[in-house]
Amino acid sequence: MLEEVFETFRKWIDNRHEYARAWKERTQNKVVGYFCTYVPEEILYAANILPVRILGSHEPPTVTEPYIFAMYCHLCRDCLAQGLKGKFNYVNGIVEGQSCLHLRQAFNAWRLHIPTDFAHYIYIPHGVQNPHAIQYLTQEFAKFKKALEDWTGKKITNEDLDRGIRIMNKNRELMRRVYEYRKLDNPKITGLEAMEMVLSSQMTDKEEHSKLLERLLEELPNRKLNRNPGVRLMIIGSEDDDRVFMKNVEALGATFVIDEHCTGSRYLWDDVVPDEDRLFAIASRYVKRIACPSKDWAEFTRVNHAVRLAKEFKVQGTLVIQNKFCDPHGIEIPPLRDALGSIGVPTYPLEFDVTVPWGQFRTRVEAFLETLTGLEELF
Amino acid sequence: MAQTKEYPTEPLKIWNEAKQLRGKYYENYLNAHERGGLRWAGGAWAFSAIPAGLGEDVHCVTGEPYGATIAFFKDFTAKCHDAVEAAGFPRTLCAYMRNYWGSILLDKYILADGRVVDGYPTPDFIWQDHICCSHGKWYQIVKWLEEKQGKKVPLYCIDVSVGYPVDRPLEDYKINYILQQLNDGIEWLEKTTGRKYDDKLLCEAVWNEVRATRLWAQICTLNQAVPAPLDEKTMYSLYVMGTLMKHRPECVAFYEKLKAEVEDRVKRGIAAVANERFRVITDTQPPWGFLKIFREMEKYGVVSLGSLYTYGLIGMWEYRPDGTWVPRELPSKRPQTREEALKTIVEWTVNRPEWAHFYLPEAKTKMMLDIVKQWKVDAVLLHYNRGCEGLSVHIAENRLGLLEAGVPVFPFEGNMGDEREFDLPGTLARLTTFFASMGLKKNARLGGN
Repeated sequence: MLEEVFETFRKWIDNRHEYARAWKERTQNKVVGYFCTYVPEEILYAANILPVRILGSHEPPTVTEPYIFAMYCHLCRDCLAQGLKGKFNYVNGIVEGQSCLHLRQAFNAWRLHIPTDFAHYIYIPHGVQNPHAIQYLTQEFAKFKKALEDWTGKKITNEDLDRGIRIMNKNRELMRRVYEYRKLDNPKITGLEAMEMVLSSQMTDKEEHSKLLERLLEELPNRKLNRNPGVRLMIIGSEDDDRVFMKNVEALGATFVIDEHCTGSRYLWDDVVPDEDRLFAIASRYVKRIACPSKDWAEFTRVNHAVRLAKEFKVQGTLVIQNKFCDPHGIEIPPLRDALGSIGVPTYPLEFDVTVPWGQFRTRVEAFLETLTGLEELF
Repeated sequence: MAQTKEYPTEPLKIWNEAKQLRGKYYENYLNAHERGGLRWAGGAWAFSAIPAGLGEDVHCVTGEPYGATIAFFKDFTAKCHDAVEAAGFPRTLCAYMRNYWGSILLDKYILADGRVVDGYPTPDFIWQDHICCSHGKWYQIVKWLEEKQGKKVPLYCIDVSVGYPVDRPLEDYKINYILQQLNDGIEWLEKTTGRKYDDKLLCEAVWNEVRATRLWAQICTLNQAVPAPLDEKTMYSLYVMGTLMKHRPECVAFYEKLKAEVEDRVKRGIAAVANERFRVITDTQPPWGFLKIFREMEKYGVVSLGSLYTYGLIGMWEYRPDGTWVPRELPSKRPQTREEALKTIVEWTVNRPEWAHFYLPEAKTKMMLDIVKQWKVDAVLLHYNRGCEGLSVHIAENRLGLLEAGVPVFPFEGNMGDEREFDLPGTLARLTTFFASMGLKKNARLGGN
């Protein structure tokens, strides 16, 4: 039964487009594609719109060169490629919550070259550590809400917003509860399974996803994974949905017991705290959430958070991945190395591209794991 | 396109003054403490008029020009890159930022003439703004690197990523968001430095900045003349004052003098390139270690008139109702209070032309097409600049927009600050082919192309 749940997560990811098309057909509602987790899905759910995250295919993009200079990350090019190839031709609109320069190019190229009914760019503040950011973002969200109302022809009420907040909070809370089982000496889910759980939540109706999570949580306490967890790893860095890499690393005698990226814990770590002013409440969540490095200055709050995670989840070593050309994440590699090193957690950096050279990476990851298990002392 | 005339040329009279002003700027920062002054660090786009309220003895070094200065001296650049990569940073990051960090890691400071002195002059505080992914992060790392050496450098960074006013002014809440940060910033400056803030100095600095940035736009407008009085390689040494000290009276005085000289050149028909017969513009920062490509272009009778980058990085512009792109009119009133000064500088700054493309590629394409039309440009050379995420963003869309409008485009890949990513012979070979396709021949004399 439990395996069926994980199998469903996998199927939802593999058949994300079929899922969204069927949902649209069934509900006769709109589907919106979003590029970054700074898009407030609460407001989309309030408008009865299904938000689906636009992610890549991990196939070398062959159609994006005219639109995005190749020095920008593979993710933005791969996302755009999906649009250009018509893979997301069911989405009625696209939304971007301002984050990095890379993804906004995917958004703008999509807006300019792929016919779509609705394209909205939310100027999410970068200075999330300054005290005026929440008030500012509240106004940006009000604009977004108005744009959705104009587009759909339906007013979004406070009750609608409450529903959107409830849907999102519940889904995040359930996934956090699942994450708790990763703290155990023998975690009850693997890193790959955790990734598939979170990824699938970004591609499906959260209410349906939450029902599955409830089933998972009922049965998870009794689950015994028939594997040696091996070395307890954390994976941290740029957007990462490379399931093959996760699977391969975990086959080398390790388990990813925690992650820190936007297809993982960063997506679900923070809830909306209800407030009379719903948009203010939602804005507070997006300003105070665990920040993407592109917004995390002047203090390294995310690095500090990673240190806390490493302690809580008893991490032995960390793989720091950087999508090639991703400046915000690349910049933080040495501070992360020092901060985690100060609590005795070694780090190992890996540069990801659209495809991962597993042959090379295997040797490097194996060497890293050996250093963590003390085998290097034999030599 | 074809010109058969040879124009008179002469050196710029103000050239040495430009060199001295820039040289003094870096030395003033270095020696500020000896005179009891303060040093601050931040980007060329930082609201530099605000720290001016701390006193006349406050000196800054702006990051991008410093990174470019390093890039010009390739031996030092290579050492900087080695140091940064050894520290664990990826080599794909912003090249200016890496050059700058390298200078800190090496504990060496380079002056405008290439002299390298021991001991990086640590700033007393950092005052920065953030629109591109790297701006705030750049100085976060500066702070971190200094901390590792036991030095505490407070950092204040202003978020300006609120959008660009294309058809109408930005909404009040966006302007207020920046104003609130600046107001807080003044309190922070007082607290950080222990100095009392002088609003009168602020008002003067703001007024200097609006004048200097308008003056530079006026100077660029003079390049619409045929022959062009200035070429882009020369302009790099002139626009830089605005990136270093746009709020300073010396900058205003320099640009006033320069404007008078360029007006005189136009009046007398003095050309930057004697055999001008083909007019181009470029885009983004050039590969600073390879400015000789501009001299190579001249052999074909090609003059680069500038770029949206040289005109609009610091120069302030606006659209007239008739659709022409012209230097921005000064604000109607000179600010007299802190509130007025901050509002003036924020409303002025959010119109910076080089901020539009961060959000709207089509807005930048339009500006480029207007330059093409008003400056009588024959082709555009787009530098696909691996060194700068911020200014290369959407550049591929700009290329498409220019091509669609029928403008010949020559894209070339390089890096403003990392010579490892620029192929000089390859670029020149392809440029030769491009010029040939435009009907140009190398070293052609009068009477032909």
